[in-house]
Amino acid sequence: MAGKQPSARPLSPHLQVYKWAPSMAVSIFHRITGDGLAIVGALMFLWWLGAIAAGPDAYAAFLACVWHDPSPEVSVVHQVTNILGKVVLVGLTWAFFQHLFSGLRHFVLDAGAGYELKINKLWSILVFAGAIFATAAVWLYIAKEALHG
Amino acid sequence: MGNGTRLGRVRGLGSSHHGSQHWLQQRLTALGNILLVTWFFVSLIRLPLGDHGAVQRWASNPTVALALILLVISVFWHFRLGLQVMIEDYVHGEATRLLALVILNFYAIGGAAFGIFAIVRIALAPAGLAPGGM
Repeated sequence: MAGKQPSARPLSPHLQVYKWAPSMAVSIFHRITGDGLAIVGALMFLWWLGAIAAGPDAYAAFLACVWHDPSPEVSVVHQVTNILGKVVLVGLTWAFFQHLFSGLRHFVLDAGAGYELKINKLWSILVFAGAIFATAAVWLYIAKEALHG
Repeated sequence: MGNGTRLGRVRGLGSSHHGSQHWLQQRLTALGNILLVTWFFVSLIRLPLGDHGAVQRWASNPTVALALILLVISVFWHFRLGLQVMIEDYVHGEATRLLALVILNFYAIGGAAFGIFAIVRIALAPAGLAPGGM
């Protein structure tokens, strides 16, 4: 309930004043990935569930839009959404791991541990590295299965 | 609980009177999410997702359907709390903030209801309608 009237009281320093640090990046990425999962991830999940419930034809239409359209003459819309779908799915995978690892970091911080500057910085960097590594591992596995399966 | 000085107001449960409840629910649903979403993620990778019949047979297993319903509750509750904090941080002005929170509640509750109803439809669908049967 912040009022619009200017106050004589000192303002707290804001983002641009601080030297950028990994812990700040982890914090804002926790929010960005959480919001992305909540909106894009949840809607994809509901679309998928609804398509399974609606039957084979609806499920085939879902796959043709998001993943791969098997028809010989693929429409321009599906050519775009087939690429977009994979980009979104890779993005959601990364967002999932980033939010998961960052969330685990939050549990450690909630317990009162990990506030020492070097440890805090180390864990922040590891969250980013772990999320990128896990995303790459998952999609290399999916690509391998797609080629050999 | 005081209602005069600023310190007195904070000594309650914060200005909203349920800040600690919000904080705790965010953590409890986070624990649920770690278990349920990790299980779901591994399931998705192992499932033949291109095969509607196989996916439907998996989702109509009672244990799987129950876990999926729990996942919807835990995840949608968790992100309702998370998006609420984002709105409170970034949407200023009482009317627009109230509108944003109303839309958020419609989205979270409506989405969860849609998801749970879809899971029940899959789980209770007559076996004869599934391609290849059960």
